[in-house]
Formats: sequence, structure tokens, C-alpha cells
Amino acid sequence: MTETLEKYFVPEPSKYPIFGSIALLMFGSGAVMWLHEVGAGPWVFFLGVAVLIYMLFGWFGQVVRESETGKYGRQVDRSFRWSMGWFIFSEVMFFAAFFGALFYARVFSVPMLGSGDNEALLWPGFAAAWPTAGPQPADAFTPMGAWGIPALNTLILLSSGATVTWAHYGLLKGARGQFKLGLLLTVLLGATFLGFQIYEYLHAYADLNLRLDSGIYGSTFFMLTGFHGLHVTIGAIMLTVMLGRAIAGHFTPEHHFAFEAAAWYWHFVDVVWLLLFVVVYWL
Amino acid sequence: MSAVIPDHLHDHHHPAPGGLMRWITTTNHKDIGTMYLVFSFIMFLSGGVMALTIRAELFQPGLQVVQPEFFNQLTTMHGLVMVFGAIMPAFVGFANWQIPLMIGASDMAFARMNNWSFWLLPPAAMLLIGSFFVPGGATAAGWTLYAPLSVQMGMGMDLAIFAVHIMGISSIMGAINIVVTILNMRAPGMTMMKMPLFCWTWLITAYLLIAVMPVLAGAVTMILTDRHFGTSFFNAAGGGDPVMFQHIFWFFGHPEVYIMILPAFGIVSQIIPAFARKPLFGYASMVYATASIAILSFVVWAHHMFTTGMPVAGQLFFMYATMLIAVPTGVKVFNWVATMWRGALSFEPPMLWATGFIFVFTMGGFTGLICAIAPIDIQVQDTYYVVAHFHYVLVAGSLFALFAGAYYWLPKWTGVMPSETLGRLHFWCSIVFFNITFFPMHFLGLAGMPRRIPDYALQFADFNAMASVGAFGFGLSQLIFIAVAVRCARGIGQRATARPWDGAEGLEWTVPSPAPHHTFETAPVLR
Amino acid sequence: MSLAARIAGSTLFFALTFATAGTAIAQSRYNLQPPATGVASQIYDLHTLMLIICLVIFIGVFGVMFWAVFRHRKSRGAVAANFHENTTVEIAWTVVPVLILLGMAWPATQTVIEMKDTADPDITIKATGYQWKWGYDYLQGEGEGIRFVSNLSTPRAQIEGGAPKNEAYLLEVDNPLVVPVGRKVRILTTAADVIHSWWVPAFGVKQDAIPGFIRDAWFRADAEGIYRGNCAELCGRDHGFMPVEVHVVSAAAYTAWVAERQAASAASAADDTREFTLAELVERGAQVYATNCAACHQPNGQGLPPAFPALDGSPVVRGEAAGQIAVVLNGRPGTAMAAFGQLLSDADIAAAITFTRNTWSNSSGEAVQPAAIAAARGG
Ligand code: HEA
Ligand code: HEA
Ligand code: CUA
Ligand SMILES: [Cu+2]
Repeated sequence: MTETLEKYFVPEPSKYPIFGSIALLMFGSGAVMWLHEVGAGPWVFFLGVAVLIYMLFGWFGQVVRESETGKYGRQVDRSFRWSMGWFIFSEVMFFAAFFGALFYARVFSVPMLGSGDNEALLWPGFAAAWPTAGPQPADAFTPMGAWGIPALNTLILLSSGATVTWAHYGLLKGARGQFKLGLLLTVLLGATFLGFQIYEYLHAYADLNLRLDSGIYGSTFFMLTGFHGLHVTIGAIMLTVMLGRAIAGHFTPEHHFAFEAAAWYWHFVDVVWLLLFVVVYWL
Repeated sequence: MSAVIPDHLHDHHHPAPGGLMRWITTTNHKDIGTMYLVFSFIMFLSGGVMALTIRAELFQPGLQVVQPEFFNQLTTMHGLVMVFGAIMPAFVGFANWQIPLMIGASDMAFARMNNWSFWLLPPAAMLLIGSFFVPGGATAAGWTLYAPLSVQMGMGMDLAIFAVHIMGISSIMGAINIVVTILNMRAPGMTMMKMPLFCWTWLITAYLLIAVMPVLAGAVTMILTDRHFGTSFFNAAGGGDPVMFQHIFWFFGHPEVYIMILPAFGIVSQIIPAFARKPLFGYASMVYATASIAILSFVVWAHHMFTTGMPVAGQLFFMYATMLIAVPTGVKVFNWVATMWRGALSFEPPMLWATGFIFVFTMGGFTGLICAIAPIDIQVQDTYYVVAHFHYVLVAGSLFALFAGAYYWLPKWTGVMPSETLGRLHFWCSIVFFNITFFPMHFLGLAGMPRRIPDYALQFADFNAMASVGAFGFGLSQLIFIAVAVRCARGIGQRATARPWDGAEGLEWTVPSPAPHHTFETAPVLR
Repeated sequence: MSLAARIAGSTLFFALTFATAGTAIAQSRYNLQPPATGVASQIYDLHTLMLIICLVIFIGVFGVMFWAVFRHRKSRGAVAANFHENTTVEIAWTVVPVLILLGMAWPATQTVIEMKDTADPDITIKATGYQWKWGYDYLQGEGEGIRFVSNLSTPRAQIEGGAPKNEAYLLEVDNPLVVPVGRKVRILTTAADVIHSWWVPAFGVKQDAIPGFIRDAWFRADAEGIYRGNCAELCGRDHGFMPVEVHVVSAAAYTAWVAERQAASAASAADDTREFTLAELVERGAQVYATNCAACHQPNGQGLPPAFPALDGSPVVRGEAAGQIAVVLNGRPGTAMAAFGQLLSDADIAAAITFTRNTWSNSSGEAVQPAAIAAARGG
């Protein structure tokens, strides 16, 4: 029981949270102003983003310093593990809302619109089939195929999951070259994935006439893949930071939860993609 | 229980900033708890002022005080402010103060993030309340924000959406903090099944929060994109469905109402044994009941949607599942009564409020059960019957339990006993006026008065007048609490000992009153 | 009444009604409205049953609690026992509630199934919710083809306190729904803008009207009479001002009503092909405007910006007629502007448009004819 008796690290008062709050206040109000075409909107918005970035740098910088100076004992380490796990769970639930919307549209709303009284009285002639932009679509569009870029991206993400694990093994057995190389490869694969996805979006808008406002198909397609892309970006940034720290000589085989957290996150992003690939692109 | 750990063991604490900066930068769970409590009380007053304006308009038929669109804004904001601004943060405030004290931890697991969880709330409140002053005013789509009405709203809706996002971030961080603190920071020997029930109910509540706040964030994000970026989630013309919003919202919304009641159950489960001077009856079954309520809460959401016209199978499933929740809740009520049975009861203010809670909450539970019967709900859905139901469980449930807890722990927080006379007066005024306000709403709803209307048919005049009178009385009664709290905070009144209630059990009573700034820096050891 | 008098009055009322509770007259104020259909009476009985069961449990539980509160008091010398578990009791109070719930669920299930059985109606009527009125379409059965709009008829002055209120204050409409007694009427609900809910308490029918979807409910009224209800889903500003009024009449009276309606609609169809003078259009348009447009755009044409734009001086009203016709016919998706094409006849739309183009400071001098509307519909 000795380890639980070690003193739990409680940080000193910090100015960072209030910066974070001011940042989000500006972010939110700036976004609203921007949406309603109030002149200062974008300025407030981007200032908010800037403050947020400042806050993240300062805050995480401090955490890294605290970690590297050995302030975090085993118990703190366990706290980080629990919290990262539940944080990822909350992200899962966020995606669940959008997957739920897709499921609902495909299983309930679209078939309902194309049958019975709904079809007869309100939407005559609407044949329910997926993909669809609904009974009153603006323009025709071509849905995104599964076996081109998306399949390639699946491969990319899966191999990036492998490289990050390979990097972890490197770290565990003290092979720092392997560790850094694995991380670098993972980041590069992530960047390639994002590059492909940007290309795919451009292709959708330019050639397929598939847009965010292409009815429920466009809505679910872009919101799901878009939020996934955002999470890939976040994950890639996290891994880049880990790479920087690895180069700076941080992490030991025993003490490297920050890296593991980033890896967990990366695997989560990976799993979400697999689901996406199956229900958004493929089926 | 182990001995008190004196504060002077660690005298090397960093020089904390003074004045306002102390509160802005603090990482101390007690400071943060206090801020949560003060914030939520201010929000309670703001939401209360809105409620009083609503009641003033509804005092008699016709439009006298406010115009219909402003009335709808008031109703919406009253709901949002009370739910997200008053009740939820108040319980988080209790968690912050009590959980480390109860499990023998030195602080919350992530003290800095804890500060941010709190300090996200004032910006969110500014966005929410500020929306009254933008062109078009605040959102008037009801706190349930149903699409497509919410898609129609003006700028106030977008402010509310971002406010909800920020409050969601705050809740998720707060919940993760609580989960980790409870799972990882218990004093040696404090096994899960020895934990005070308040910690258990909060642990389960925190899981509910982590699971459903992101879903709410998703729902309002879809509204945002439907409003501004042409998506068709809730638009049939594009293949979406307005009812889909309701499914997503209530998947959040129903667990949300248990988020607002489970910690209340926890508080009451601490207080009843203390004043019955007898251990809590059925501790284990209390834990299981709480967990069952939480699990069931994920499969009952569509009982808010019986009138949307679900298929028979759907209606029956959600009706049966909802009815089942009466069983674990009943177990709790029976356990409390059994705890009181053959105890040595005394009725200081905390116990008065807790007993009042059981009595009035159960009435709200029964009307909930009546709402759960789908055919009856078809009649009472969106009427004042529902308004009556949820104020019985929210005001007489959550709020009364909060007051019970406040009276119980104020000695620990301030070192001063809350005035017994004022406490009793506060209770008796509250429970009488509460019933004058909300009991007649059952009749109004049954007889057919819809909710969210600024004006009504003549046959509803008398009960509305009565409810309005009661509301003002209830509101004024809450000012008594300000007096109680201010007296304690300023040190007026009888000093409290470390354990001012002779029947109270638990680690929090082993530290002096008021609790020193730092407690349990070395964990106490339980046998 | 003065404030003090009202407060005194309501306190007295509280005391009195409790003293007289149970009398039949007082009952309808405390309880569900007297049922007028089979389903509504089942609901009524279900509620009574639930109330009794809950009351019994309540008295049981709190009887025990208050016994403890009064007898097991420390101040009366009570000494605390120390029991804190009893598996038998705990199992009992888990199992017994389950049984009670089963007893409640059984009759409820039967009623749910009956409520949902909308098959084989005698008459089918589509009720469309608009902000803030109901449109009715008789789709099938006697009266097929009849369609009209039903608006609140309580005068503004009564709402604002300028005039004494009628008995049916806020529950009266210009064109009530008329149905025959004893026939199965199926109501299809839908909406044009946001969700509304079609509710008549005495029928035990409340069905949300969801834009873009059709939902259904049914009733068979047992007795002739006037039945009133409200929109029961928050639908924006005038949610409190869109009542439902149903006249249940004898078979013969219903037939007569149908004949009268059909004659009226033949006359209005003739109007749609006529040429009008500018003055005729403006005069007719003023009325159409008052019932359909003034709630949002206001009688003075100033609207309530930003939600409801002004028409006085509006670029749409001042611009090409075709543009305004398109807006009125199809509405503005995402705003409160409804598609009036479904609601009003060509002549009414033409009149309303002509009115707005020739009132306040707008003075185009141009008469928009019904033919122009018909043409716009066609294209
Ligand atoms: C703290 C908040 C809280 C709590 C605890 C509850 C508890 C319950 N609620 Fe409530 N509810 C709300 C807050 C809450 N509710 C809110 C805010 C709304 C409206 C939202 C809106 O539309 O704006 C609402 C609406 C609402 C509806 C929808 C009404 C409508 O809009 O038409 C329904 C329908 O089923 C319902 C049911 C229930 C049930 C069955 C319980 C059960 O948990 C109650 C269980 C308790 C008991 C039953 C009493 C104790 C039990 C015994 C003594 C055992 C013996 C009993 C028997 C065997 C009968 N609630
Ligand atoms: C969560 C908790 C909560 C709480 C505590 C309350 C508290 C109260 N509510 Fe609340 N209410 C809701 C949650 C809550 N409500 C929700 C979710 C809705 C649904 C919204 C919707 O339909 O979308 C609702 C809707 C609602 C309605 C229906 C409105 C409508 O349908 O149009 C009414 C009407 O009477 C009402 C009344 C009251 C009253 C009188 C109180 C009283 O208990 C309030 C008492 C407190 C005070 C009055 C404050 C005391 C302060 C003073 C006396 C003055 C102090 C002075 C200064 C600060 C300067 N509420
Ligand atoms: Cu229409 Cu409420
Ligand atoms: Cu619920």
C-alpha cells in the first residue's frame, strides 16, 4: 500500500483556465457574429482561436514540465489513464449522435417518406432508396464510391495504427530510433490520409455535385467524415507533439503515458473510420 | 475512522494570489466548490425572476405584462437557466466540496482542469443571458429546442447553441474529474462498498454525463448546420425528419433528468441516517437501485414523444420500460422510510428538508408514472400536468435536496451553524408555497391547459391566479436562504464543532469546521 | 378585479373548491374533460385507476413514515435500533411493485392498441398546421373535396383587455371542423412550417403534426356538440392562439353542411377565373390580409423585424409581381413564411398581393389577377 500513500500532486494556482474560458467566449460569440454578418465577427473568432492556442501551449507545456521533473507519481499516472479512457468514451458518444442520425435516416425517415400516406399525399413519386437527397432535392448528385480513395484511406489508417504500435514497442525496449521512426511514419500516414480526404472533398464538390446541402446524404456524409477528419487532425497534432518530445529526449520505457494517450486516441480515430467506411461509403 | 490530519504538515504551499485572482486561478476543490454554489444560486435567482415574470403574465387571462414572443423567450430561458445554470452546477459544487472530504483525498484528481470546468460556466451564462439583448431576442423554441422551430429562430438561438456547447465541455470535464477522483483517490481501506452513498450516486451521475452530454452537443450542432449550412437533418424535403431531433434530444434529455436527481438521492441518503441516528437501511440495494435507474434511463427516452405517433410496438416498449423505473426508485423510497423506522429522529433543518423531499418528490414520481401510461400521456402531454410533474421532481426533488445538503454541510464549509429558526421558516414557507404554486397545475393540465402559452381560456383563471400567488410567495421564501447563507459566511451564529450533528458519520466530520484549506494531504487510513 | 381582491378571491376559491370537491360540476375543473368517445372514456378510467393505486401506495408509505416521524422521535425518548438489512423485506418491495405495474400495464396496452387502429374510417380529413392556424382537407367519405382554413376568431381587443372576454375566449374559430356523430373519423396530421399538435381533449386525440410527414389518429364522437381544443406543441409566437373547434352534428345536418360548403367552393372557383378591378381586389385583399398575414406582418405592414419583415416599402413588394407571387405561393423555407399556395384560392392570393402593393406607402397601381397566380402555379 505504500504507493497510495505517496503525496498526490496538486498543481499550484494557474492562470491558464481563465484564458481558455475567455478564448471560448470569444470563439462562440465571434462565430455567432460572423454567422449573422456582424462586422467584427471573424476578428473576434480568430482572436479567440489565438488565445485558445496560447492557452493550450502554455497549459500543456506546464504539464510536460511537471511530468519531466517527476512530479507525477504512479497514482497521478493512473488518473491520466482513467481520464483519457473516459474522454475517448465521450468522443465515442459524440460520434454516436451522428451515426444515430445516419441510421435513423436510412432505416426510418427515408423509407417512411417514400411509402404510405407520406408518399401518396406529400411526396408523390418519391422512391426511397439510399443514397438520396430527399424527396425535394435541389440538384442531382453522385454518391461517393467506396473502393477508390476511401479504401486507400482505410489502408493508410490501418497501417498508421500498426506503425504507432511499432513505435511503442520501440520505446518499451529502449530502441529510440524505432520509436521516433514509427512516430514519424504515423504522422506522415495521417497527413497523407488528410491530403486524400481534402482531395476527395474537392472532387465531391467539383465533379460529383455532392455538397453539404445535398439532402440527408450530403449532410450525414460531410458531417461524419468532416468530424472524423477533424479528429484525425487533432490526433496527428498530438502525435507530432509526441515526436517533438521524443526528439527532445522525453519519455522512458516506464513513464510515457502522454505518448500512450496519443496512441489510444489514434486507435479510436482508426476504429471510427472503419465504421465510417462500412456504413457511409460501402453499404 | 482515522484521526484528523492537521493542516500544518505542509507549510510550503505556494503563495496563493489574493483578492479576485485567488478565485480566478485557484486549484483548490473547496474554493471551486464555493464558486459553483454561488454561481448556481445566482442563476437560480435569475431563472426565478423569469419564472415570476411568467407567473405574472399568467396571473389572469389576457395579455398584460409581456408579449407572446417574449413570453416564449422567458419560458425557454427559464428552463435552460434552471437546468444548466442552477441545478446541475449546484450538484457539481457539492461534489467538489464533499467528494474529496468524504473519500479522504487531498483534492480532485485534476485540480487545474477543475478550475476550468467552473470558469467555463460564466462565459456560457453570458452567452445565454446576453442573448436576450441581441436583435430578435433569446431563443424561444423551448428548452427542448425542437427543430424546425429552432431552425427558424434568430441570433439568440446560435448564442444558446454555443452556450450549450461550452456548458457541455464543462460538464464532461467535471464528470471525468469526479469519476477519476472516486476511482483513484479513495483513502486506503475505503472500498467501493464502504463509500458514502453520495459518492456512489455522483459516480453514476458522472457516467451519465459523460455518456449524454456529447449527444446533446451533436444534436445542437446539427441544428446549427441545418440553420446555416444547408444540411437536412431535420428537414423532410431533404430526407431528414424533425422527429429525429426529438429522438437525439431525449436520448440526452431523459438521462439528464436523472443527472439532476441521483445526486439529490445521494444527499438525502447521507442526511436521513444522520438524523435517524441509525445506519442507512439497505446500502447495497441503494447502490444497485441507483445503477438500475441509470441503466434504464437510456431506454425510456421516447416517453416524451408518445404524441409524435410512434408505431404501437414503440409506444408499448417505451411505456413498459418507463414504468419499470418506478421499481428501483421505490426501493430507494422504502429504504429511506425503513431507515427512519425505529430510529431516534430529530428534525433540524437538514432533516426537515430531507423528509420534505421524500414526501413531495414521491408525489412527482407518481405523476411521472401516470405520464408514463401512454394513453394518459396522450391527454396530458404538453399540458400543465407535465409542468406540475417536473416541478415536483425538480423543485421539490432536486432543489429541496440541495437545500437539505446546504443546511447539512454549511457548518463544515463555514464553521458556523446555520440559524435553526431561519432554516425552519425557510422550509415551512417553501413547502407550503411550493404546493400552492404547483399543485393546482395538475388540475389545469388535466382540464386541458396547454403549456408554453401566454394566455389561456377562462375556465383556467382561478387555478392560475392561485399558482401565481404561490410562486411569488415561494420566490420570496428563497430570500430567507440568502440571509442564512450570508450569516454563516460572515461568521454570525453559533460556532460549529468538527462533528456538529451527533448522528453524522463519515470522514468529512473528522476534519475541523470550517474545513481547513488543505485536508487529507496524507491519506487517512480506514480499517 | 383589483390585485388584493383576486388574491383574496383565489384563496377563498381554494378553500371552497376543496370543500366541495367531488360534486359533478367541480369535477371537470379538476379532472380530465368529460369524455366524448370510447377511447377518451377508457383513458378517463385508466387515469382514475392509476390515481387510486398511487394514492393507496402513497398513503401506505407515508403512513409508515409519519408514524415514525411522530413516534420514533428522539425528543420523545426513542432509542435508535440498529438494523440495516433484511433480504426478505427488500425482495418483497421489489417484487410487489412489479406486480402492481403489471396490473397497470394490462389495460393501458389494450387502450394503446385501440387508439392506434385507424383502419376503415368513414371519413378521412387532413389537418395541416400552419403558423398559426389549421387547414382542413376532407380527403375521403362524405364531403370529399371540402377544404378550408380555420383561424382564431377571438378579437384582438379581448386579448389585450380592451373588451370583455366571451365564454369561449381563445377556443373559438371562424371555420370549425364539422363531422357527423357516430362515424369513425380519421384525422391525418401534417404541417407546413414547424411541428404543431392537433388536440381535442374530449376525444382523447392528440397527434403531432410534423412538417413533411403524415401521422394519423381517429375518433368516433358519441354525442352531438361543440368540442374545443388547442394546438399542443410549441410552434412559435401565437402557439397559444391556434385553437381547434369541432362541431359534431347529426347525419342530416352534416349532409346539409356539405352541400352548403360545396356550393360556396363552386362560387370561389368561379372567382379564380374572373377578371377583377383594382378596387375590388384591394377590398377583398384587405380582408385576406387581415386573417392570414397581419399576425406577422402586422396590420400596418411594418412587420416585427427581424423575424417578420415589413411589407411596407419591402423590395419584394415593390419589385416584380412574379417575385412576390413566388414567395406567397411557396413560402420561404427556414423562416416563418408559409407556402400559401396550399391554403388560399387564386383569387384570394391575387387580392392579398394586390392589396399589399397598393397600401401604406406602396402604390404600384397594378392589379394582380387570379390568372397570374394560376399561371405561376402551373410553371
Ligand atoms: C428530476 C427530474 C425528473 C425525475 C426524477 C423524473 C422522474 C420520472 N418521470 Fe419525468 N420529467 C422531467 C423530470 C423528471 N422526471 C422533466 C423535466 C420532464 C419534462 C420535460 C419537458 O418536456 O420539458 C419530464 C417529463 C416526463 C414525461 C413526459 C411527459 C410528457 O411530456 O408528456 C414522462 C412520461 O413518461 C415522465 C415520466 C417519469 C417517470 C416514470 C419518472 C420516474 O423516475 C419516477 C419514479 C418514482 C416513483 C414512481 C415514486 C416512488 C416509487 C414508489 C413509492 C414505489 C411504488 C410505486 C409503484 C409500484 C407505483 N416524465
Ligand atoms: C430545473 C429546475 C427548475 C426550477 C427550480 C424551476 C422553478 C420554477 N418554475 Fe420552472 N421550469 C423548468 C425548470 C425549473 N423551474 C423547466 C425545465 C421548464 C420548461 C421550460 C420549457 O417549457 O421549455 C419550466 C417551466 C415553467 C413554467 C411553464 C412555463 C410555460 O409553459 O410557459 C412555469 C409556470 O408557472 C414555471 C414556474 C416556475 C416557478 C414559479 C419556479 C419557482 O420555483 C422559482 C422560485 C425562485 C425564485 C422566484 C427566485 C427568487 C428570487 C426573487 C424573489 C427575487 C430576487 C431578486 C433579484 C435577484 C433582483 N416553470
Ligand atoms: Cu401550433 Cu402550437
Ligand atoms: Cu423522461
